[in-house]
Amino acid sequence: MKYTTRRAVGLGLTGLTALAAFFIVGMLALILLDVARNGARHLSWAFLTQPPSDGMMAGGIFPAIFGTAALTLLMTLAVMPVGVLTAVYLHEYAPPESRFARWVRVAVVNLAGVPSIVFGLFGLGFFILFVGGNLDRLLGYEEMHWAQPSILWASLTLAVLTLPVVIVSTEEALRAVPLEQRTASLALGATQSQTLARVVLPGALPGILTGAVLAISRGAGEVAPILFTGAAYFLPDLPTQLNSQFMHLGYHTYVMATQSPNVTEASGPLYATVLVLLALTFALNLVAVIIRTRTRRKAASAH
Amino acid sequence: MEQGLTHSVAAPRLSAAARRRQLREKAVAGFITLMAFTGIAALVLIIVFVAKEALTLFTDADARHEASLSKMFLPQEGRYPFRWQPVSDTPKVSMIPLFVGTLKITLVSMLVAVPMGIFSALFVAEFAPRRLRELLKPVIELLAGIPSVVLGFFALMVLSPMVKSLFHLDRPLNGTLAGLALALAIVPVIFTVSEDALTAVPRSYREASLALGATLWETAWKVVLPAAAPGILAACVLGFGRAIGETMIVLMASGNADLVSWNLGDSARSLSATIAAEMGEVVVGSPHYSLLFFIGVELFIFTFVLNMVASTWTKKVLQRLTGSAS
Repeated sequence: MKYTTRRAVGLGLTGLTALAAFFIVGMLALILLDVARNGARHLSWAFLTQPPSDGMMAGGIFPAIFGTAALTLLMTLAVMPVGVLTAVYLHEYAPPESRFARWVRVAVVNLAGVPSIVFGLFGLGFFILFVGGNLDRLLGYEEMHWAQPSILWASLTLAVLTLPVVIVSTEEALRAVPLEQRTASLALGATQSQTLARVVLPGALPGILTGAVLAISRGAGEVAPILFTGAAYFLPDLPTQLNSQFMHLGYHTYVMATQSPNVTEASGPLYATVLVLLALTFALNLVAVIIRTRTRRKAASAH
Repeated sequence: MEQGLTHSVAAPRLSAAARRRQLREKAVAGFITLMAFTGIAALVLIIVFVAKEALTLFTDADARHEASLSKMFLPQEGRYPFRWQPVSDTPKVSMIPLFVGTLKITLVSMLVAVPMGIFSALFVAEFAPRRLRELLKPVIELLAGIPSVVLGFFALMVLSPMVKSLFHLDRPLNGTLAGLALALAIVPVIFTVSEDALTAVPRSYREASLALGATLWETAWKVVLPAAAPGILAACVLGFGRAIGETMIVLMASGNADLVSWNLGDSARSLSATIAAEMGEVVVGSPHYSLLFFIGVELFIFTFVLNMVASTWTKKVLQRLTGSAS
């Protein structure tokens, strides 16, 4: 074949790859635009601040927003210390060629691949039935107090689910802290833990926060793990205790979309709910991606 | 000589403060190591506690009668040899329709997502100008940030009428729709991992190929892609694992009928969606309840194996490329 024909064929196929890339971007834009356009129509201050009424057709979704926020807050409190310290172990404390560190890495990779619905089963089997059941027996509750679906168990289930996200981001952030800063600190007589607390962790803070943001975004959007660990479709009261159930934006979307007698009639509040959920998860993701791209560029130019 | 040197230095006498500091350092290191154990513990606890609830199927005589392995996997007598109807007077617990449904939906999504993901990764890694690449990569990865329940909702409201009229299907909810919506969820996975594998290929490969007179496309297709092949295979395996386990999209878009049919226009019921749909109403401790946990064990094992395969391949591509480059 002549060079020119080979080049032409190549250009055509290259065009095809460009088409694939832009098609994906197009689908993303289509989803966002569709939700934004239809959701904005129904969105109002009252919708954001009032409880639902009239069989979900009127009123707002404030309890669902509150429930999602409370759930992700509890989850973040549980996952951040464990995730960050695990990454610190892997990157700062583990001896080179450590077998334990290798096992931890394998476990984290596999944890990231476990289907979210299996996390739901785990939350039910471990947190609610095993931990909750034993707590009830130990604390002498006559009726079920801890051994029932609740915001605490749902948030802990999500914490296990988002653990790999936090570990991976934190480790990446630790890697970006130059080795010289550690050696300089140690040379000045600081101990390893002092170096960690005053030099390494502050240096890695943006990356760690990125991990937190990604974990929150992931946790806020997951529905499958909370289906039977604490989410409820309609509750008149806000969750005030650790063992109360809660409303959730994603679960609300799922039930409204699949179990409404008339989906077209419900589509107004439904789209608005999805818009709020997307604004929460997607905006957080956008922030994380922007920070991450910037730190990566900085790390690449530093080396 | 060396031994003599180490012997001549006496161990320094530590002050009380220094000894306390050493102790504190040890305590901190111990605590951090303990925390690192959580990841392993979580994985072990997951399989132990999901399997524990499923175990009743094999220990309890009642459950063994209602849901034996032969009833789950072999054809039963009657007009419909394979049915999943665990809540009826005579429970039917064949898992074959669930396997068929899961595979059908997953295959549709892979057929769409694999070429899309690899092609866009090729474009971003090999052909796109630098600025476009820096824009496209995060934007495609953002697709992974959309919650699956939103993708399911999008399939229900927007894609469903489109797919129905495009393929002339009878039902609004079917295997094709679920597969296409699922493809949206796994494209970013395949894209990200493939793109990483392609970028890991050393520049010298490309330069050598171009210097020999190959075009850009030939270099990408015949040199870079084969060099990154294990990584790209790993991407596909990871995507496959994600597709098998994905719940909300399939639950909302597939129609959830327990059919043994490879017709893409028919509705389908997947393993994950079955757990999600039935766990809410099930009696704790009943055979049906254990059966749902048993499905969970199956899902865990499938994805675990796929994950191990994928991570071995990813490691292999890195080893090969960095080994031969140096």
